[in-house]
Amino acid sequence: MSDQYQPVPETADRGRMTVNEKLEKVRREHSQLMGRKIAFIGLIVVIIILAVGFIITLGPLGMTIPQVYQTLLARFFPQFITMDPVFEQVVWNIRFPRIIGGIFAGFGFGICGCVMQAVLKNPLASPFTLGISAGAHFGVAIAAVFGIAIVGGAYLLIVNAFLFAMLCSFFIVSLASLKGATSETLILAGIAVNYLFSSLSQLMAYFANDEQLRLMSLWGMGDLSAFSWSKFGLFVGIFAICTPILLVKARDLNLMTIGDDTAKSLGVDANQVRMLTMMVSSMLVATIVCFTGTIGFIGLVAPHMARILIGTDHRILIPASGIIGACLLICADAVAMNIIGPTIIPTGIMTALLGVPFFLYLVLKGKRKEFWQ
Amino acid sequence: MNIKLLVENLEFSYQSVPILSGMCMDVPKGSLVSILGPNGSGKSTFLKCVDRILKPQKGVILIDSEDILSLGRMNLAKKISYVPQSSVRVFPHSVFDVILMGRRPHLGWMGSDYDEDRVWDVIELLGLEDIANHSFNELSGGQQQKVLIARALVQDTELMLLDEPTSNLDIWHQLDVMRIVAELVSRQGITALMAVHDLNMASRYSDRIILMKDGIVHASGMPNEVLTEENIADVYGVKADVHVKEDGIPVIIPYQQIMGGEFKRITVGNGVTVT
Repeated sequence: MSDQYQPVPETADRGRMTVNEKLEKVRREHSQLMGRKIAFIGLIVVIIILAVGFIITLGPLGMTIPQVYQTLLARFFPQFITMDPVFEQVVWNIRFPRIIGGIFAGFGFGICGCVMQAVLKNPLASPFTLGISAGAHFGVAIAAVFGIAIVGGAYLLIVNAFLFAMLCSFFIVSLASLKGATSETLILAGIAVNYLFSSLSQLMAYFANDEQLRLMSLWGMGDLSAFSWSKFGLFVGIFAICTPILLVKARDLNLMTIGDDTAKSLGVDANQVRMLTMMVSSMLVATIVCFTGTIGFIGLVAPHMARILIGTDHRILIPASGIIGACLLICADAVAMNIIGPTIIPTGIMTALLGVPFFLYLVLKGKRKEFWQ
Repeated sequence: MNIKLLVENLEFSYQSVPILSGMCMDVPKGSLVSILGPNGSGKSTFLKCVDRILKPQKGVILIDSEDILSLGRMNLAKKISYVPQSSVRVFPHSVFDVILMGRRPHLGWMGSDYDEDRVWDVIELLGLEDIANHSFNELSGGQQQKVLIARALVQDTELMLLDEPTSNLDIWHQLDVMRIVAELVSRQGITALMAVHDLNMASRYSDRIILMKDGIVHASGMPNEVLTEENIADVYGVKADVHVKEDGIPVIIPYQQIMGGEFKRITVGNGVTVT
């Protein structure tokens, strides 16, 4: 790239009529780039839809991909398509909910990681590395041991998980605002918080009786299989509230990645945005952790993949992080379910095993230039 | 003369360390005013107070006769833009995206074609076409500084604050940046208030100079009134020759530190203290 001197032309009137071919060329390149980025998000959505069809075919009851889509469509248009009730039972009540759970969890972790990295200006931030997942998890454990076996427990669990997730967020945000706190300090503190709450959760397991243990493993220590249609409404509700809030703040997040001073000078109250987005993210994390447990890798890596692939504008980056997170998680989960026969490997392990090589590839390839150029 | 910015009795301290202790100054409309002073004299802090990035403990700051505290943060951003010394560079924003950020005070979530047109206008004005789609982090210091100025320009404010825009630049780029700012002032009617280190750059380009020491204004006025041998000795503790050229612009040649007084102890390499 040349660092050539570009004299400012002497004309005082710099109307839009000025023919400048170089400028036109750069503008064209820029809009092409935008088009490709949006097309890329579309592509991932298509991949997810195809992957859903394929993943549902996997399992003891064999079926074909068209059968899967027919079964899914039959639910919405029963007057046109009728399917074998066994298929419908397997697809709709066993295999599909797990995938929907995976999409929610992956999407949620992806956007939370993206937002946390932006407001803390720290590429290592994620719900897991900051200890927020662990905090939420501990909230679940506490609720399980100290009496929620009663009806309506689900809400108490989430509220409890949220309170502890917020506690961690608040700790991290106050630490970040201290003078002299570097990104390393933040991550070290996050890891410490992570260990503290993981240990506390494990400690709770020793005090728990069998019924409480069962509850603990059902809530928060489980994996994607814990997701079922009964929880669908709650998920949709919480995501429908939280995701738009984060998207509305996308422009402000752009500013915050280049420094609080700059954000303030451009009219954005950095501290307020940070508190709000961390709170909303904590809510999402708490909800996901309640139902699926902590899955570490997605929240850290999905935003980086998205950033390498489509750039740093949070208006596109937030949804892209979420969609990539969802795609990663359901694919990893499908492999984990099926790779060694009837044994199911925990989702988190497979996410990392599959994600790390891909991530390293992107990091090495994307290091020098933006991915598309 | 029309006053753009008026500051009275401004006091600011970090914890209990006073940085600004009763600053008073004013900036005439459509002028380029440079703030000079040694490290730690409060130049950057002062600019941050004017832009409400920091909150002063005492004093009044008026822009166009309006108290900045009575304006909302977003409204203030439509009146004052700020060019920081450097930018946090954690994530690889493209140059276009960095400049577009300057439109934030004017737009909603989607933005409009006008905002993008404005960005392209400024890219053309500053000759940044070649790097518009590049990553900001990969640029040289001089290019980054120009991009940050471009961002302040698309903000469409009448007052621009610049925090040492020429530090870390070679002399070619120092001149380039100073010329751009001077042209913005003379052609587009912008008022610029700039913290600078280089006395000669300030002398050559400024309409007025404010010399700061220990959080107060030591002297202010035209370059040839302020940049005198006495003032430079008082403020910097440096002996300098000042030659006033035919066009009235003083040229400063520093040649010796003044030993004694508060400038007595100077640490040189390896922690050896010379007295």
